[in-house]
Amino acid sequence: MEEILIKAKRAAEEAEVFLISSEETEVHFEANRLKQLQTRQQTSVALRLIRQGRIGYAVTTNPDEYQGLVDNALETARFGTSAKFALPGAISYPQIEVFSDDVASVSVEAMVALGEKLVASVTQHTPDIICEAEVTKGAISVRLLNSRGGQAEYRKSYFSFAVEGNLTRDTDMLFVGDSANSCRAMLEPAPVIDTVLQQLELAKEQARVPTKSLPAIFTPHGVASALVMPLMAAFNGKTVLEGASPLGHRLGETVFDTKLQLYDDPVIPLRPSSRPCDDEGVPSQRTPLIESGCVASFLYDLQTAALAGTRSTGNGSRGHGGLPSPSPSAFVIAPGSTSFDDMVGDIREGLVIEQLMGAEQGNILGGDFSGNVLLGYKVENGKIVGRVKNAMVSGNVYQALKDITALGSESRWVGSFLQTPHIYCPAISVASKG
Amino acid sequence: MALENIAHELAERLKQGAADYIEARLEESQTSHITYRGKELESIGRSEAVGGNVRAMVKGGWGFVSFNSLKDLPGRVEMAIKQAGLVGREKSQLAAVPPVVDRVLAGVEGNPVAIPLAEKKVMLDEYNEIIWRNPEIQTATIGYGDSRKRTIFLSSLGSHIEQERLDITLRVAAVAARDGDVQQAGLSVGSRGDLKPIRQLHREVERLSRHVVALLSAPKAKGGEYTVVLDPVLAGVFVHEAFGHLSESDFVYENERLRELMTLGKQFGRRELNIVDTATLPGLRGSYKYDDEGVPATRTYLIREGKLVGRLHSRETAAKMKEPPTGNARAVSYRYPPIVRMTNTFIEPGEVSFADMISDIKEGIYVKNWYGGTTSMEMFTFSAGEAYMIRNGQIAEALRPVVLTGNVFDTLNNIDAIGNDLDMNQGGGCGKGGQMPLPVSNGSPHIRLRRCLVGGR
Repeated sequence: MEEILIKAKRAAEEAEVFLISSEETEVHFEANRLKQLQTRQQTSVALRLIRQGRIGYAVTTNPDEYQGLVDNALETARFGTSAKFALPGAISYPQIEVFSDDVASVSVEAMVALGEKLVASVTQHTPDIICEAEVTKGAISVRLLNSRGGQAEYRKSYFSFAVEGNLTRDTDMLFVGDSANSCRAMLEPAPVIDTVLQQLELAKEQARVPTKSLPAIFTPHGVASALVMPLMAAFNGKTVLEGASPLGHRLGETVFDTKLQLYDDPVIPLRPSSRPCDDEGVPSQRTPLIESGCVASFLYDLQTAALAGTRSTGNGSRGHGGLPSPSPSAFVIAPGSTSFDDMVGDIREGLVIEQLMGAEQGNILGGDFSGNVLLGYKVENGKIVGRVKNAMVSGNVYQALKDITALGSESRWVGSFLQTPHIYCPAISVASKG
Repeated sequence: MALENIAHELAERLKQGAADYIEARLEESQTSHITYRGKELESIGRSEAVGGNVRAMVKGGWGFVSFNSLKDLPGRVEMAIKQAGLVGREKSQLAAVPPVVDRVLAGVEGNPVAIPLAEKKVMLDEYNEIIWRNPEIQTATIGYGDSRKRTIFLSSLGSHIEQERLDITLRVAAVAARDGDVQQAGLSVGSRGDLKPIRQLHREVERLSRHVVALLSAPKAKGGEYTVVLDPVLAGVFVHEAFGHLSESDFVYENERLRELMTLGKQFGRRELNIVDTATLPGLRGSYKYDDEGVPATRTYLIREGKLVGRLHSRETAAKMKEPPTGNARAVSYRYPPIVRMTNTFIEPGEVSFADMISDIKEGIYVKNWYGGTTSMEMFTFSAGEAYMIRNGQIAEALRPVVLTGNVFDTLNNIDAIGNDLDMNQGGGCGKGGQMPLPVSNGSPHIRLRRCLVGGR
């Protein structure tokens, strides 16, 4: 890495080398049986440089071939965007616990046993169900060096497991599932199993919904599948800079229900989405995005922040070696005070939405969502009466979150990206078949 | 060391390995990309990647090891075998295929990756200029990418197949905004390495730019059931989502109930309906000579005269279902094992003209262009980039983009007219099992669907 930096500095004003390597082991169950064991090793080295004020960039998986890397980056610098930012120099980073030794020491046999337990618990409850399950452990290491003396280095471990069940009856298919993840080893599958068994219980009966506007409770999975994508786009500093974010001109205005608080939070200990710094070496921080319904901030990397006349929020993200771009680390929606049972009890006729399929396909920027209720329940007179099918739910995130009836009192992680409570909306448009 | 030499050494190792079956794929690729965001160039770059994998089967269990360091390949082989041994508890079953030794070149002159970035940038500058001629455009993105990939496939059966593949994709998206309302529209094209079709899109880009502004004053559809007419692009997405994925046997082969549901010979649609998947058509993005298990590509009828007659297989699913292998095991890169995938999937043309198809529709929706699509096997959704009301047999006012949904098991039956104008869409990328975007193409003539559920206000 040092050699690449030295070589690049000879031909450019500034340079930055980013190295990410990962190693992952995954145990995969298919049709209720152990099927495959995978290990994946991957290393990428990316070089970003500034020559005559312009950004050049190249990436390779082969760290020994650095001459080609420097040449490729120099070719692209001829047309590259003008660099408006300064790379961070030597600075200190917050201590954030994202590595745990216990992950590496989990044996493949223990991972298999965990997967078997997941599958067995679900099939015991519903014998005809066909499950897929996965148990994954891994570690990544990141290292970053730049020509201003900036240096960052950290290791992260992660462990996750997931189960998805498919119950086919005639032509009817029911899908249930849940997952959990952490930077620490987790060998207790109970919370995930409980969620899946509850889904199976609630979906036992089928219920019809009419075509009309109905109150709806989005479960944490439902929030993830329907409401989050538009917000990710709208709070992205790049979208704002282009004038394509509906929130761009509304900083400081109350756009959402005053009960709503949203943060981008990469500093929570032991979360796979956390890290001490972003992929440009800017220290991680918790950034408020919505405070009491008010638009509080947007997310920036170095270049976008410089163009917008503001500071990077430490959200420069480069995936497995790409050019940095603003990206949220983890969205956290603060819980409210209403229990799920009380929400259901409040509804005379309405829906609980657990999984919306295809909601991310519409006009995301405008905030529209529209999807098939893959998993959802009908509520009648304060009780869940069965599973909803052949229904489509449509709406607009900005309208739906402007007036929320209640936020759930408990929040949970959905995947590694979102922590949210249930969100209860007074009216969502439902179209039903037949 | 050159990839060929590494491959020769590795081939010997595979034959000696203590497993029921072992295969390896070595891969090297070069890519370049240029993206515009707003009026400005956002990113331009080149990347190179080398990597490989070893997959072994022992007693029906798979071990898979992927890497991009090519050091210690014998160690990787041992690791894959050891992992397979930990998993395997049954009998290995793989459809028999003859070993193949072959070398397949891209079949296109020139390598798009090698074309100087400056030249490709001139083309994109023209498109960018066209979009921004329209004063109501708020922002736009243009994403161009090309790649050259060379893979060497080796197996313990003695196969040694080298294949080269070129690929180009271009996605253009434009955004218009007025009074806090934001609308977006896009177009997406691809080719097997030939830059010519990518260079001739000036008219389409101009149309896109006008269309997105027009959306600002278009109303939303009212949600409910409609008679819907799909253009060839969207009908291609429909056939991919609504039926193609269900034909992928990896989802079916170990699910008894689904196997019953998908019994060959079962009637799924009208007699006029024929659906094909084939990787053998030259020039299409889903085409190849051998799949990632070294099995030759075939032409598979999925639906013939409305009946289910075939499905897509890997060697394992073919053996377990006692059907012939179809050469549909594909991996998006060396980082993943091959899984059952579509290639080029299409509805064969019928005889109805577009004018006849809409002439007796009193109130319906005409949907065009692809935005996205997904499936849960039983249910599918797909979204149209453009939508228009059909009133009294005529195309009427434009609508905001719509999302359509349906149930696979009744929707094919609801196709009641098949047009005479088959067209293939090369802009798609398919995602499955975390592997995306896999180059595929979809196609169809115009089709008419009765009682399709459309989301809306």
